[in-house]
Amino acid sequence: MTTIDAPLSVDKPRSPHRPAARRSNFELYSWLFMRLSGVLLLFLVLGHMLIMLFLDGGVHRINFAFVAGRWASPFWQFWDLTMLWLAGLHGGNGLRTVINDYSRKDATRFWLKMLLYVSVLLTVGLGTFVLFTFDPNIG
Amino acid sequence: MASTTASAAEAPQREGNPRAKGSLYRGDLGMWSWVAHRITGVLTFFFLFVHVLDTALVRVSPEAYDTVIETYKSPIMILFELGLLAAVLFHAFNGIRVMLVDFWANGPKYQKPMLWTVLVLWLVLIVPAAISMLTRAVTELFGGH
Repeated sequence: MTTIDAPLSVDKPRSPHRPAARRSNFELYSWLFMRLSGVLLLFLVLGHMLIMLFLDGGVHRINFAFVAGRWASPFWQFWDLTMLWLAGLHGGNGLRTVINDYSRKDATRFWLKMLLYVSVLLTVGLGTFVLFTFDPNIG
Repeated sequence: MASTTASAAEAPQREGNPRAKGSLYRGDLGMWSWVAHRITGVLTFFFLFVHVLDTALVRVSPEAYDTVIETYKSPIMILFELGLLAAVLFHAFNGIRVMLVDFWANGPKYQKPMLWTVLVLWLVLIVPAAISMLTRAVTELFGGH
């Protein structure tokens, strides 16, 4: 069998060259986080889509007044904030895995992940700012 | 799990008796569920990015927000929202299947029947959802305000 390039090959599990203590538990925690956040997102996102797309006229009834009415309640503020953070981190971590799997060059991998981290920071940060500073009387 | 299940590491040894024991994942239905899980996840992530930006317009002015939200009500965008729902529903149900494969002792053994369950459940929900969304889109288009 021919050997393949370094980025695609993986050390044999008991390879003597493999340093014993080089690994952190980060990937384990991210793996666990995907499952825990997934369970919560299942209810948060499907609930959100049921309300926004199906109940009381669906997407056609959504406007500024509708949003203002919802965010008058701390319950929906908390719902949306939790959903924003979990979806941002769950999706960001998922894309991080995809980038790690498919980018071949270290430089590509680095810049794609930088782009990813900036966009996650931007969306989660902006969304949080909007939720905390929302003013129903802005008009 | 996501990045290791479709690994090619064990493929050569198995070439002798493909699919005989029902434990083959790579190239089989299980692998395609993994591919679909990635694609639906990436698509949903891109929508999330756009969706946070459009919702952030409530901080600019009611007019700016209403103008952009109005585009979500056009028939073509309704089709897009149906596609988003289809992607999210598959990702959600298959995600439960992934968790059962990981945490339930019999999970790996039943991964394929569980995939069929995911697809049936997906179909049972997406068909009435599509009927509801498309009916409303057409109604709004012709008799709506």
